[in-house]
Amino acid sequence: MAEVQEVKKQVKEREALFSKKNRKLITDPLDDSNPITVQVLGICSALAITVKLYPALVMSVSVLFVLAAGNVIISLMRNYIPNRIRIIVQLVVVASLVILVDQVLKAYAYDVSKELSVFVGLIITNCIIMGRFEAFALANTPWKSFLDGLGNAFGYAWILLAVAFFRELLGSGQLFGYQVVPRSWYLTEGGVYSDNGLMLLPPMALITVGIIIWVQRSRNTALIEED
Amino acid sequence: MQELINIFVKSIFVENMIFAYFLGMCSYLAVSKKVSTGVGLGAAVIFVLGITVPVNYLLENYVLKEGALSWLGPQFAEVDLSFLSFIMFIAVIASLVQLVEMIVEKFAPSLYSALGIFLPLIAVNCSILGGSLFMQERNYNSIGEATVFGLGSGVGWFLAIVAIAAIREKIRYSDIPAPLRGLGITFIVTGLMGMAFMAFMGIKL
Repeated sequence: MAEVQEVKKQVKEREALFSKKNRKLITDPLDDSNPITVQVLGICSALAITVKLYPALVMSVSVLFVLAAGNVIISLMRNYIPNRIRIIVQLVVVASLVILVDQVLKAYAYDVSKELSVFVGLIITNCIIMGRFEAFALANTPWKSFLDGLGNAFGYAWILLAVAFFRELLGSGQLFGYQVVPRSWYLTEGGVYSDNGLMLLPPMALITVGIIIWVQRSRNTALIEED
Repeated sequence: MQELINIFVKSIFVENMIFAYFLGMCSYLAVSKKVSTGVGLGAAVIFVLGITVPVNYLLENYVLKEGALSWLGPQFAEVDLSFLSFIMFIAVIASLVQLVEMIVEKFAPSLYSALGIFLPLIAVNCSILGGSLFMQERNYNSIGEATVFGLGSGVGWFLAIVAIAAIREKIRYSDIPAPLRGLGITFIVTGLMGMAFMAFMGIKL
């Protein structure tokens, strides 16, 4: 009986900013419901820009901003959006945020913005964003949506950075553009090592993600697909 | 004419939307369990890319680009609206998809039921917006080139999704390690197919 009353009291009280449930919103997408490896969202842009760590980092930050801000905006408007035109409203919100990101990148990080080329624009159709709007922001309060946006963006970011880490390390022996593999190891310097150029090409991004999924699912067997 | 054929072949094989740029991966992975659905979505993508790319080409060259508004009068010659291109392109795509859906429903009901739910889904397929953005980046010379590029990219996407759907239908009978089943093996197979497609990369057209 005492327990029931306590539960009721908890519900009545305003939920703490970082209550257990809210923390779960951030931690869940990192593993159990990772946007890339489990929900299969946002793969389009995730693979093309993972040749090097730096563009992958810039991309992650851009998606973080768009997703968190977009989730809050949609959540604030959720009671005023007519159901029939919600897709257009969502597209307009995302497109405006992406234009902001694009202009800021062009002004302060021109080289990276050239390197990312069309993929900044493609954040608009990144399924993570529309997916989270539809699945979460339309039905939840702004603070929760903000946390959900952060969580999903982090889940997206760590996969992106992991893929970029392996591709840059094995493909060009560098991390963030700094030489990591000692120069003296290379064949040209009399060593025995040579970079694997294949890692820099698109197919290896897919295979790297495939292997990450493999590792993740053998650790977390609940995620294994039937069929 | 030769130029057009070059662009067509190039956009199908050399610059394949999926194997070279990973565009449209989400629906590629989600809708490739059966060949028949793969064919439906692929056909819809060809259709929509063939329409949206030329329309966005006109928009880009007569409204958005720097100096594109000069047909209105000399005072508009310096207006540069290109920062609006994302929002314009996506609006055009979303409304064209809606329009195409209504037209197909009215005049070709059999095609409509064949494409089914895929048409509306396409508005948020990255390969459609990607087609328009590549068109903008590569500065095609004429609307003919833009149309051919759109159609070619669509055909490339179609081939890719039909191929992976066929492989997935067969792979169901193979003994794959449990954690790799489903999504994992699809990624790896796509990677291997990408390597095969890379053989086209050296071709100069």
